[in-house]
Amino acid sequence: MKITEKLSRRSVLSGLLNGAAVTVALPVLECMLNTNGTAFAATGAALPPCFGTWFWGLGLAVGEWEPTQAGKNYELREHLACLEPVKSKINLFSGMQVFLDGKVNQNHYSGAQGQATGMVSKNGSDYTTSIDAIIGNRIGKGTRFRSLEVACDGDRQASWSARGANGLNPSEISPLALYTRIFGPEFVDPNAADFRPDPAVMVRHSVLSAVTEQRKELMTQVSASDRTRLDEYFSSLRDIEQQVGIQLERPAPLPACSIPERIEEDSKGTLSDEIGKTHRLFAKLLVHALSCGQTRVFNVSMGSGFSRMRRAGDPLTYHVLSHEEPIDPKAGYQPRCKWLAEQYMSFFAELVGMLDAVKEGEGTLLDRSVVHAFTDHGEARLHSMKRYPVFTAGSGGGRLKTGYHIAAEGDTATRVGFTVQQALGVVSGSWGTESNRATKVFSELLA
Amino acid sequence: MPRLALLSLLTAAALLGVATPFRDACAEVTFVRITPEQYQRSIHDIFGPSIGIDANSVEPGFRDQGLLAVGARRLTLTPAGLERDAALAQQIAEQVTDSRRRKTLIPCQPAASDAPDAACTTKFVRKAGLLLFRRPLTDAEVRGYVATADNSVKVMHDFNAGIAAALLQMLVAPDFLFRMEYSNPDPSDPTKSQLDAYSRASRLSFFIWDSAPDAELLAAAQSGKLLEAEGVREQVERLLGSPRVEDGLRAFFTDMLSFSAFATLTKDTNIFPKFTKNVEEDAREQTLKTIVDHLLFKNRDYKDLFTTRDTFLTPSLAAVYNVPLRRSQELGGAVPWVPYAFPEGDPHVGLLTQVSFVAVNSHPGTTSPTLRGKALRENLLCQTVPPPPANVDFSLVQDASNPNLKTVRQRLSAHRSAPTCAGCHKITDPVGLALENFDSAGVYRTAENGAEIDTTGEFNGKKFDNIVQLSQIIRDDPGTTSCLIKRAYAYGTARAPTRTETTWLAGLQKSMTAVKWRELIRRLTASPDFFMVPAPAREEQRVALQH
Repeated sequence: MKITEKLSRRSVLSGLLNGAAVTVALPVLECMLNTNGTAFAATGAALPPCFGTWFWGLGLAVGEWEPTQAGKNYELREHLACLEPVKSKINLFSGMQVFLDGKVNQNHYSGAQGQATGMVSKNGSDYTTSIDAIIGNRIGKGTRFRSLEVACDGDRQASWSARGANGLNPSEISPLALYTRIFGPEFVDPNAADFRPDPAVMVRHSVLSAVTEQRKELMTQVSASDRTRLDEYFSSLRDIEQQVGIQLERPAPLPACSIPERIEEDSKGTLSDEIGKTHRLFAKLLVHALSCGQTRVFNVSMGSGFSRMRRAGDPLTYHVLSHEEPIDPKAGYQPRCKWLAEQYMSFFAELVGMLDAVKEGEGTLLDRSVVHAFTDHGEARLHSMKRYPVFTAGSGGGRLKTGYHIAAEGDTATRVGFTVQQALGVVSGSWGTESNRATKVFSELLA
Repeated sequence: MPRLALLSLLTAAALLGVATPFRDACAEVTFVRITPEQYQRSIHDIFGPSIGIDANSVEPGFRDQGLLAVGARRLTLTPAGLERDAALAQQIAEQVTDSRRRKTLIPCQPAASDAPDAACTTKFVRKAGLLLFRRPLTDAEVRGYVATADNSVKVMHDFNAGIAAALLQMLVAPDFLFRMEYSNPDPSDPTKSQLDAYSRASRLSFFIWDSAPDAELLAAAQSGKLLEAEGVREQVERLLGSPRVEDGLRAFFTDMLSFSAFATLTKDTNIFPKFTKNVEEDAREQTLKTIVDHLLFKNRDYKDLFTTRDTFLTPSLAAVYNVPLRRSQELGGAVPWVPYAFPEGDPHVGLLTQVSFVAVNSHPGTTSPTLRGKALRENLLCQTVPPPPANVDFSLVQDASNPNLKTVRQRLSAHRSAPTCAGCHKITDPVGLALENFDSAGVYRTAENGAEIDTTGEFNGKKFDNIVQLSQIIRDDPGTTSCLIKRAYAYGTARAPTRTETTWLAGLQKSMTAVKWRELIRRLTASPDFFMVPAPAREEQRVALQH
């Protein structure tokens, strides 16, 4: 296979826009996968890793999920039985904490913020770059979407993903809208036989580049705090520019890529069945988006920490129940809450299973991915910041071992995020601030 | 061709004769993200209301000082938000240049339909740019947009595609998506800056109309009139005299009353079969209609909104309020809204008993006196209720089947016996419990689980038996008007008032026996600091103090 030298897209475009013949196809990077489909044959490089976060609110039933053994051969307890089919491909961390360092515990916020960003803020208005953005900077460049965010209960604000301090990345709440965003008219099938860049797309791309050129002048006029805000706008703009630009390049073929069936009907609602259905549709779209190279980073949120999920027929939401349902004296837990937590876990198992079902040569899409699942409280009933359950799924292209239960009593929960970052090639000596600063990875998990 | 749009473009053309430098070399820039409603309204004002725009934003807002309008000063555009804006811009550019509209919206005929025409493009760019950026474009900017258009024509062989490309570039530019506020150092006080004339036009227009300035306001900016108190007064009167003042009023109260909560409102329709999607939309509109009618059409005192019995209902709302509704023939079948006055003695009085307040501040299946009390304190009285502490054991309130704890009042008072909880619940619950006669969907009731509901309580040392009496107390409380005044000022300037301004606002409150909307706007926009930009360092210091 002949490898054509890749020309700068902008130089080609500016030539075109200066009146050159538009029918000239752009030079393409003719990479092909090896016969196994696990690497680009041209470079021998493995398929790039993917990363996702998966947030669910209100933790698990305390005392009901922690395995009695640590290490590789642990047994899942009844509360987590639904994870059995994917057990060998996940890690479970118990006993972890998020530290407040004297700050007010902003219920259903601080704990998740700590795990998503490594920092716990004094109030709800301070946020900072989240783990998906940190990892995305390492692995997500060059894809159409830098990341995709979804929330399954209709709340756009249910997101823990941020590129900086000036706003959370909003979650998509409609699977139908997400379908159109990814697989609508702008989707370029990596396996299509023909490729011809659309002149209208070239024009759009050059328009966006022109806006970017305004940056320099504006930046000199704004104050320091506004400068970072403006910079984030321009960095968003560059993302969109890149998103459009990618449509002008012939994509590398990806044998595992297939286009999902069109979603005809949207899914919404806060009953557990409805949330499950929304999650399933989103999970399917995300899996296809990853396998088709549209993004390498995603964030799934079941909803905000104040979970509005309900069991059909029950008037109380999960969040209200977490505070108002009595502990069953015989069982020792809140039975309705436990049932709802198990619904969330079954959704997680479903996502992991779907990632694992995409075969890419000898491995699966899950094998080259890491999903980091976290929650807002160790014991939601008490807004407790201890005994957090945390999961990872997938081995990031063989960089992370799986199948372990890590009992990390009292350890900072950011250590999981730090370990994942290191596994995916982020170069840094620590992650987080104050007591949530993690400096040590779980070395037993790094391959 | 929509008349307004044509007028805007024509009048705008008149402004372009003189190339006035609009900004000083030492101008500073701050910026505020525009809302989806402001986006939509601006486009409709400029290009006509037939342009289809999906105004739903994907970007969550951020509330600061109780207002999204203030939080907008701290937000940027995320990739997902900008992606959507770029798609929207593409659709708008296509519509503006389609065969139906371009004859009127593009102010000249190109020499050839498939070749660049710099002169014609320049005309379009200058006119549209003035209205979209709310200031004249610099010559360099105009050259840039014309170059974009010409390059695109060369690729697409279509003059209109070039116009569409230039327009697309303007619509994704920060100058359109943000309200850029240019200010110059105040010669009389080096710690302050003052907005330039065009930024003043935007501030007035977004405050009073919730939209971009029209051509006349931009003309007042160009002539320098907006730099003088008299010129500002004149324009404020003109803006207040327009029916568009209703847009501004609605936008303000939508923000102040936290109606963004409607976006995630859910009710269990098994428990509340009357609470349909229609009711949800009507409930929001009912409150806004009541406010507009009261403050604008009847020019009444803001305080009386808490005791007024006048409102508007639809058949589906009437079902929730359990009142017979005779459909007004004059209004026609298509407009279901009917003015309605609750009779004397009826428990429905003022804003607090409306579905928009009691149902939004509840759980899907149960009421929440705590949420209601918190909303009243925070949204309407500008007070801050601290978040609940961690590690609270709710076991006392957990047992709903306890025969001694049938009502929420009983369960909450058990909860309040925990000293860590008592402090805040004492603030929220008594006022919230006064609304217990309204269930989670806003339907009136007198008993919960078979036990009679007790709505008595105390607010600021004044005892009340029910919501009618509490509403009267809230109406008479000075905190009610002071909150409105503070919020309106913060909303108009999109920032927290400084200490000096807070003192000035307190004086304003004392001088106003009745707070009427138009008068309030006149007084606020006449504030000596309404167009002031505090020095960044001072601003940061102030924020730090608040934390």
